Amino acid sequence: MSTVKQEFRELTFGQAINEAISEEMRRDPTVFVIGEDVAEAGTPFKVLSGLVEEFGTDRVIDSPISEPGITGLGVGAAMTGMRPIIDIMFGDFITLTMDQMVNQAAKIHYMSGGKWKVPMVLRTTMGATRRSAAQHSQSLHAWFSHIPGLKVVVPSTPYDAKGLMKTAIRDDNPVAIFEDKLMYSTIKGHVPAEEYTIPFGVADIKREGSDITIIATSSMVHIALDAAIKLEEFDLNVEVIDPRTTLPLDKETMIDSVKKTSRAIVIDEGYDQYGVTAEIASMIADGAFYYLDAPVKRMGAMNVPIPFSPVLEDLTVPTIETVVEKVKSLCGKD
Amino acid sequence: MSKDKKSNGKQKQIDVEFWLAVYKQMVKIREFEEKVNELYLSAIMPGLAHLYSGQEAIAVGVCQALNNDDYITSTHRGHGHCLAKGASVDRMFAELLGKVDGYCRGKGGSMHIADPDTGNLGANAIVGGSAGIATGAAFSAKQLGNGRVAVCFFGEGALAQGLFYETMNMAQLWKLPVIYVCENNMYNEYTHYSESTAGELVDRAKAFNIHTEIVDGQNIKEVYEISQKLVERGRNGEGPSFLQADTYRYYGHHVGDINRAYYRSKKEEEEWKSNKDPLMLLEKWLLELGVVNQNIFEEINKDVIKEIEAGVEFAINSPYPDLDEVDQHVYS
Repeated sequence: MSTVKQEFRELTFGQAINEAISEEMRRDPTVFVIGEDVAEAGTPFKVLSGLVEEFGTDRVIDSPISEPGITGLGVGAAMTGMRPIIDIMFGDFITLTMDQMVNQAAKIHYMSGGKWKVPMVLRTTMGATRRSAAQHSQSLHAWFSHIPGLKVVVPSTPYDAKGLMKTAIRDDNPVAIFEDKLMYSTIKGHVPAEEYTIPFGVADIKREGSDITIIATSSMVHIALDAAIKLEEFDLNVEVIDPRTTLPLDKETMIDSVKKTSRAIVIDEGYDQYGVTAEIASMIADGAFYYLDAPVKRMGAMNVPIPFSPVLEDLTVPTIETVVEKVKSLCGKD
Repeated sequence: MSKDKKSNGKQKQIDVEFWLAVYKQMVKIREFEEKVNELYLSAIMPGLAHLYSGQEAIAVGVCQALNNDDYITSTHRGHGHCLAKGASVDRMFAELLGKVDGYCRGKGGSMHIADPDTGNLGANAIVGGSAGIATGAAFSAKQLGNGRVAVCFFGEGALAQGLFYETMNMAQLWKLPVIYVCENNMYNEYTHYSESTAGELVDRAKAFNIHTEIVDGQNIKEVYEISQKLVERGRNGEGPSFLQADTYRYYGHHVGDINRAYYRSKKEEEEWKSNKDPLMLLEKWLLELGVVNQNIFEEINKDVIKEIEAGVEFAINSPYPDLDEVDQHVYS
């Protein structure tokens, strides 16, 4: 952030994303948005409200319900002079875009010996507990994070969401942004009126502490921060680090933090098995092994399809309470 | 612009130079593929290749109707498209041998040749995988108003992929300047297309009210004339079109597919080669018009073979990429 004193200006997570896209569309006429119900409807979450009124239907394009088709169209448009933003309504639907993202977008630059570029953004959602059941609740960002050639962004605050979105739109590579749909209107925060961008691969220390490091992504950052407040009662001083992008990953900041605190928990809303938490935990084990006083712990979504029934769904994702318990246990305070 | 001029509405005068250049381009593809097969059989080329022999009139006929900055997407059977759009044989061979002077610095190989300088968005090894890319290039052309068109080459087998229906729908909705060129060589790899295709191929495009044409893909003159018409439609803002070009693949699905009697007969192969060969048909047409004599074809063949030999030598002498290139170009 700039050191110049800024006036406090509060935006919701959704407003910050809207502002980032609007500003970039004003700056660069080759940027356009395409997706289901992105124009007059402004998406079901109303994140893109107002865009079609300002930029018209040539640049804010309601598409047929054809995720592979719009993603493929985006790849071709990106190669030939445009900067598409592909809107995939629910993160669960990225499974439909896999060939275009994984076999096409991610590989074209490499396969062409560096000659063609694919400057494209795919924005989609993640996050459970909205009572949306198994096909509208998953957090599948680990899938794209597995693929060389893609970049993957998981913002947690309005400030980060805006700065990272602008960086994504200006990036010459395919970038996937996963936005927790429960944060659009509930998470508010300071967003300066001045122009800024946030580089990829730079983690943010959301809270400094000395006893344990919690590495958390997206909405889990807020769970971690709330847990940290509760843990003060137990004389535990928690550091919270937000990688902000899972690909590229800022290994140095996370390893340095764990070297300082000697304990680490990694929290991410993707499935526990073979997920983002596993990658980060292994990276810490490798980079800070001789500094660790306890094994690195992981907390992700339970390895089940997300159930509909609220009493069951709430069991599947990390909560403030489960994080507090895990930290206490790891620090010998249980 | 048509290369054939009508004079007095009677005798048709043709641009002999143009048709001889077309002939040379087709011979170049034929001889290139013959050499690729040889390089495979002699274990000089790593991996496999899918040969375009027999289908030359389609790539050349369509690409002759395009400008250099118009776009194409190609397929796993893509050498013909790349050459027809202007690629040179030496850098093509270098790519096939995994050498640094190849179009993709040896990183793409036979199935991924791409070249921005000739509008080649890339060959694609996912069957039907380029339908989105070609349609997206046409979308850009329309948005940017640069007057370009995009051609999506694919085989009849690719019409079993859902992506085509999504992209043809959008192309027609938004009147995008894209030409879907379906090369019907009748075999989805090792399976006759009748076993995998309900209904007619062109009816798939007709369902979207897309303008369709069916052409004899062995007749370069017809392919070229229809392509000109379709390109003009695209440039005039009349939207997408779909061209079904019926053709035949002389070799197997790939160079290693040698014993293929279980899916098609030698007799069928011989019939196509002796009666419907695109080079032979063009020779015959020009000879019948009395505008050339047989010698010219022999001379062209000799020239092409020289070019092919020089191209292979260039490729063999080209170095492999430096080992530190392995993780370059993952990101731009």
